[in-house]
Amino acid sequence: MRAERTESVIRGVRLVSIDDLWSGMRRVFRCCGAVGTTVVGAALLAGCDIPVLDPKGPIGSEERSIILWSTVLMLIIVVPVIVMTLAFAWRYRASNETASFAPDWEHSTRIELVVWLVPCLIVACLGVITWNSTHKLDPYRQIASETKPIEVEVVSLDWKWLFIYPELHVASVNELAFPVGTPVHFRLTSGSVMNSFFIPQLGSQIYTMAGMESQLSLLADQPGDYTGLSANFSGDGFSDMQFKARALTADAFDAWVATVRASGQSLTPEMYKTLSQPTEQTPVSYYGDVSVNVYHDALNKCSDGSLCTDRAAQLAMAKSTLSGPLAICTPAKPEGL
Amino acid sequence: MFGKLTFDAIPLNEPVAMGGVAAMVFGGLAAASLITYFRLWGWLWKEWFTSVDHKKIGVMYVVLALVMLLRGFSDAIMMRTQQAMASTGGAGYLPPDHYDQVFTAHGVIMIFFMAMPFIIGLMNIVVPLQIGARDVAFPYLNNLSFWLTASGAVLINLSLALGEFARTGWLAYPPLSELQYSPGVGVDYYIWALQISGVGTLLAGVNFVTTILKMRTTGMGMMQMPVFTWTALCANMLIVAAFPILTVTLAMLALDRYLGMHFFTNEAGGNPMMYVNLIWAWGHPEVYILILPCFGIFSEVISTFSAKRLFGYKSMVYATVCITLLSFVVWLHHFFTMGSGANVNAFFGISTMIISIPTGVKIFNWLFTMYRGRVQFTTPVLWTIGFIITFTIGGMTGVLMAVPPADYVLHNSLFLIAHFHNAIIGGVVFGCMAGFTYWFPKALGFKLDERLGKVSFWCWFVGFYIAFMPLYVLGLMGMTRRLNHVDNPVWHVYLVVAMVGAFIIAIGIAAQIAQILLSIKNRVALADLTGDPWNGRTLEWAVSSPPPFYNFATEPVVTGRDAFWEMKEQGLLNEPLPAYRKIHMPKNTGTGVVVSAFITVLGFALIWHIWWLAIGGIATGILVAIIHSFNEDRDYYVPSDVVAQTEGKYFKQILARA
Repeated sequence: MRAERTESVIRGVRLVSIDDLWSGMRRVFRCCGAVGTTVVGAALLAGCDIPVLDPKGPIGSEERSIILWSTVLMLIIVVPVIVMTLAFAWRYRASNETASFAPDWEHSTRIELVVWLVPCLIVACLGVITWNSTHKLDPYRQIASETKPIEVEVVSLDWKWLFIYPELHVASVNELAFPVGTPVHFRLTSGSVMNSFFIPQLGSQIYTMAGMESQLSLLADQPGDYTGLSANFSGDGFSDMQFKARALTADAFDAWVATVRASGQSLTPEMYKTLSQPTEQTPVSYYGDVSVNVYHDALNKCSDGSLCTDRAAQLAMAKSTLSGPLAICTPAKPEGL
Repeated sequence: MFGKLTFDAIPLNEPVAMGGVAAMVFGGLAAASLITYFRLWGWLWKEWFTSVDHKKIGVMYVVLALVMLLRGFSDAIMMRTQQAMASTGGAGYLPPDHYDQVFTAHGVIMIFFMAMPFIIGLMNIVVPLQIGARDVAFPYLNNLSFWLTASGAVLINLSLALGEFARTGWLAYPPLSELQYSPGVGVDYYIWALQISGVGTLLAGVNFVTTILKMRTTGMGMMQMPVFTWTALCANMLIVAAFPILTVTLAMLALDRYLGMHFFTNEAGGNPMMYVNLIWAWGHPEVYILILPCFGIFSEVISTFSAKRLFGYKSMVYATVCITLLSFVVWLHHFFTMGSGANVNAFFGISTMIISIPTGVKIFNWLFTMYRGRVQFTTPVLWTIGFIITFTIGGMTGVLMAVPPADYVLHNSLFLIAHFHNAIIGGVVFGCMAGFTYWFPKALGFKLDERLGKVSFWCWFVGFYIAFMPLYVLGLMGMTRRLNHVDNPVWHVYLVVAMVGAFIIAIGIAAQIAQILLSIKNRVALADLTGDPWNGRTLEWAVSSPPPFYNFATEPVVTGRDAFWEMKEQGLLNEPLPAYRKIHMPKNTGTGVVVSAFITVLGFALIWHIWWLAIGGIATGILVAIIHSFNEDRDYYVPSDVVAQTEGKYFKQILARA
């Protein structure tokens, strides 16, 4: 008797309720478009106070639009889920005797197809965005520009940033200046633990790692002073490991370089050794002259006068070539084979 | 004689640390004197510490987790107040060297000693009952697993009173965690606490995989297993596959620190980035070890309280298995900013998004379980609905960060902190709380107070949003994680709001403590006499609450997925049998406690370089284990009349109530 009744309830419900459900879901999906647009608008308005949403360069701008559009794409599914959660929970509350009840209903091919397909479609869209944007915004990729990029070598130390301008033969600590509208190509390493080099308003960050070189290209298209920081915890002095990133007009940049040149200090291996000592809240300092090898030696861990790792690798290669590759690198051919 | 250990190791000049030590010492003394006063030591030792009964071990795990929740949460409150106080240029009350220990300890404790024991505890209580088994496959090993976990927890808490804890962040990235940059004992506490508890977890994983694969009752094929058991199986498979990676990684770090090797050093050919890869090759599956069983809990809760079958069982199972497999190919998304090529980053970004598909399917399935059901808004259901909403948002921000260029500006920021708390609090903590309330009557025989449970839920839910939504904004403002102090009046406002949120969560936790105490006081009124307080669907509800130590007097025969529900539908229950058979059961043993005690000594001695004690500790520990292996007297038969008596009592209860 009871089983029969349940069966008829289900059949009755299937006629009406699933279609109701679909039209409801369609309505919810349509609402999402509106919500998404609002979110983007609000984010753009609020952007003034929020550095990541208020970028000052092309890299940061593209990253902002990726963040916003991915969010909108996901809201297409997130908003209906939240609305449906609340709606279903309320509609089918135990005290609501008027709602249909199908205790044995556990499967619907139509619904299951949709719940697998909709996330698949959205992830497919996101996947395309991901693949393209990851290649386009690869930190190692040089920024296309008519202006020749300026080279900066970055060494993170405990707990300060050292910037070396190899073409200008100057260096500075905790202050990075560059001409506006000119791509800046960074080569980065660490003189101690791992840090992450990050100027939020210009876009991408990248790790600095001892014995390894990473690269990054950024460009500022508005002059200004931006905050730069370490985004990876590096010990007690980490909180104050900040620098000022100054995007200057061409004239102002030349003046800055002149000031640095006039500082009277030079970045010698001894000075590098002094800088390597842990200090906190290190003030800005300028170096008007830079010994050729400071960055190379920091990268190859021979600032203390020991054998550089690149040289050691060369020696090892030379040795193996001299004594014949078979003798050292590969085991002798087993006999009989 | 005592290695590096001297009286200077006690941080007498740090009032905050000493306050914590004092609280722990007085709390411990108070508990010990109460136990002595009520003469409960013998009872604790015989009935609990040495027990091999999975239900009691599960309860001990959960108690450990709740205690550690208090410890980890006090760290959280300290961080929030420090950042709120030190965001307008002041120094706050925690100097960097102490603050760095606090955030490291918070992460380590919450993941390893709160979430893991909670999950493993719930699996212990429920899984054997759900599959109709009398215990887990290796009961003594189960007891040992628990005590090894407890041993790790003891070591990590000891670091508060003796020496220091790691100041490296919860994953102790080298080179910062190498001897050159962390010469103190903090990282050593970290290594040995995790190694010892990690072995315990690995043994538990082996135990549960075996139990679920080999000990299911008659008629329960893989596709008849309750969803919680399925998720437990997958989580334990992940434990077995992933925890060895953690063990090896930490062992290599230990070799660097103790024997001057160069796996992860800056010098002599070491490569710290290898550690980062290895630790996340464990770390990402770990996330799913925690969340999968919670997905199982939500499935059980939502189906029971909607009085309806779970929608899309097969989808649920396939989604779980998909997540299990995929969880091993996403680890690189934790460090897109290391400078891998675009192909590598894009691959890991897309594989991460693909994981969100089966997860999304699960969420829809819970929705459609409520659809056309009769949803009762009990505390576990509130946690479940809170979870669906919160976790959906956390999943969205997670997928956002899986897009590498988005991650380039969001990585390591407070946006990331907000994201993973969104997933871990919304998913794991809410899941544990739902499971705790849901299975509490099964484990201890009485229900928890509903009103305080709801107060607790609302405080957690509202507090969570107030505490973590500001962190999303702060992340977009460029505030990075682990800052001890900043000088920014705009951020200050958000940090104060976040602190208020943390205090609202504190009220939620207080409500939970009150709930437990009040429910113990009212345990007679709240008693669950039938063993089936929620009109349950799976086999754990087919026995009394708490279940007899042998679980099932006769092996249940299963015909479908909601085994107990079907039995009830067919009216097959509530009949005492005319005769019972004797039951083969394992005997309690103190070996697990003793071995773990010596392993704790070993860990302590290694941390402080007291070599003679280390050798003594490991040698004695192994000796005790060997002696135990010769002990033939480890099982017995429960006579049939004892079974008949126990069952008779249960049926009398049911009849008295009917």
